[in-house]
Amino acid sequence: MEVLTSELAAGPEPSIEIRSRKHPVLALASRRVMQGLVTVFLVSVVVFLATEVLPGNAAYSILGHSATPESIHKLELQLHLDQGIVAQYWYWFSGILRGDLGTSMSNGQSVTALVSARFLNSAVLVLLAGFFGTLVGVLAGAIAALRRDRPFDHALSISSLALTALPEFVIAIGLVLLFATNVFHWLPAISLLPPGTTPLSRPHVLVLPVTTLVLVIFPYIARMMRAAMIEALESDYVEMARLQGISAKRILFFQALPNSIAPTIQVIGLNFLYLAGGIVVVEYIFDYPGIGQALVSAVNNRDIPVIQFIVVVLAAVYVVVNIVTDVVALIGSPRRRYAQ
Amino acid sequence: MTAEIRTSAEDVLAPKIRGQWRAILSRVVRTKRGATGLALTAVVVLVAIVGPFFSPYSPTALVALPFQRPSATYLLGTDALGRDVLSRVLSGGWLLLCMALAATILGVCIGAAAGISAAYIKGRADGLIMRSADVLLAFPQLVFALLLVSIAGPKLWLIVLAVALGHAPQVARVIRAAALDVSERPYVRAVEIQGVPRRKVMYSEILPNLVTPLMVEAGLRMTYSIVVMAGLAFLGFGQAPPDPNWGIMINENRVGLQSNPWAVVVPALLISLLTIGTNTFTDAVARVAIGVERQPVELTTVVAGGQE
Repeated sequence: MEVLTSELAAGPEPSIEIRSRKHPVLALASRRVMQGLVTVFLVSVVVFLATEVLPGNAAYSILGHSATPESIHKLELQLHLDQGIVAQYWYWFSGILRGDLGTSMSNGQSVTALVSARFLNSAVLVLLAGFFGTLVGVLAGAIAALRRDRPFDHALSISSLALTALPEFVIAIGLVLLFATNVFHWLPAISLLPPGTTPLSRPHVLVLPVTTLVLVIFPYIARMMRAAMIEALESDYVEMARLQGISAKRILFFQALPNSIAPTIQVIGLNFLYLAGGIVVVEYIFDYPGIGQALVSAVNNRDIPVIQFIVVVLAAVYVVVNIVTDVVALIGSPRRRYAQ
Repeated sequence: MTAEIRTSAEDVLAPKIRGQWRAILSRVVRTKRGATGLALTAVVVLVAIVGPFFSPYSPTALVALPFQRPSATYLLGTDALGRDVLSRVLSGGWLLLCMALAATILGVCIGAAAGISAAYIKGRADGLIMRSADVLLAFPQLVFALLLVSIAGPKLWLIVLAVALGHAPQVARVIRAAALDVSERPYVRAVEIQGVPRRKVMYSEILPNLVTPLMVEAGLRMTYSIVVMAGLAFLGFGQAPPDPNWGIMINENRVGLQSNPWAVVVPALLISLLTIGTNTFTDAVARVAIGVERQPVELTTVVAGGQE
């Protein structure tokens, strides 16, 4: 997906040069990293301008209607609002690069202290959901392809159509209703973590949030896997292997499966991208102390330094995952390395 | 050479393109999936539009104790503040639907205009448009909406705009890819030679040939608009508190899930039927327009973010 845009931006000549000099994977990786850095920089500018330029002076919007001229002036100095916009931006952006993120406006805590533990909690949630979502998706897609047009295939097709349409919070509420409050009482409806504990030390609080996210992402992976697997099973090389008398199991695990995972990698990556935003609602529902929940409460309190930082971090994660996906997909499918 | 182009241009221009979307829709409705999707969507839309006229109580009036179970007087029981759940369900859908529809139309229009311009004008304009799309795409859609809401407050027009701006880059990518192919066709070259202005070429030659991808995009974006709008309402960024809204209802009543689950289940069910309906219908459109066999790959890539 990136090939078209990047090639047009770079023009035809550099790609020829790259092809002759560097390893194609390395060339793509370095080009994408450069593009990624530019994107993150532009995102930070957009976030900064949005919080500065849109209606309402930041100081006023924080203090609300009770603001007095003195309190506004004091806050303006604190936010460096008295200086030019470029200077303000530079002060903020260089602060992020130094790890100094300013102080939260609602409680005066440093943003770094507020976010760092939550960041880890969110990472645990995303990685677990991504891992199990991929596992379930690949397995379900492969089985559906093997039992094409049989009941399992139809069931997967219908349920994935429904699951991809449902909002996360509806799936989450359904799970809470089923497993926490009304039908069974097996799991906690909220995933509180006492300060100082890590989610991995209390795995039961992770079950419902992770299950919600797995249900959201696995259908996309299963669909792609099914289509790729069907293509592989109908290919000439599988036919040839069959004619050579290689066992069906061997063909499945050594020929069809590896060849269908390669095209699925892009979709797996896209689902990790989704998770960067999907955690917001899920963390909020389960009261899970991650950065998504912090973002929602920061928006409620108009805590601008926290909002700015979390949004930039989420966008940066998005860009990094995008780059990793492209590179892994390229490594996974040798044909495409030279196709550009 | 010129003569050849002219004849082929006349050949291709001759078939009516205008009725194309109608033809596709009438085929879609006759498929099992298309009919199911349409029926589900229609039921929920009917509830949302006609509902307010049949509301037994005022949706904001406190009529009984909080979280009463369903009874003859209050068919779905009462909510967290003691308001009639049925009345709030009947009145809580129309604004959500209107906002989702507005965001979809706006997002698809902006995205289509940007995508066609990028593909047809090429060069710097293409680079600029697609770079901006990349920057916008780096924001998860809900996070982008939250960013805008955090600055100007949960104004309804702002939420519509934020959701539309989230759709636009994804639509632009898909449409650009499709338009690149169309803009190379001989009949486009033919009208260019005749000196037709660029804007007119894009509007009356390229746009009509993008009916199928546009229909699929519009359907997908409608589903996502509802999901994101309801999600924002659920998080508390939508209509102001006393007004009923299915997304808000699920959030404000989930503390009473054990006392009166209906206050949560019914709005959740309506949102689900609606999004499943639009998604199923869109799936049927994609199957009819793109073809059954290729559909899963195409739809997955389109859904997951507009790969080319």
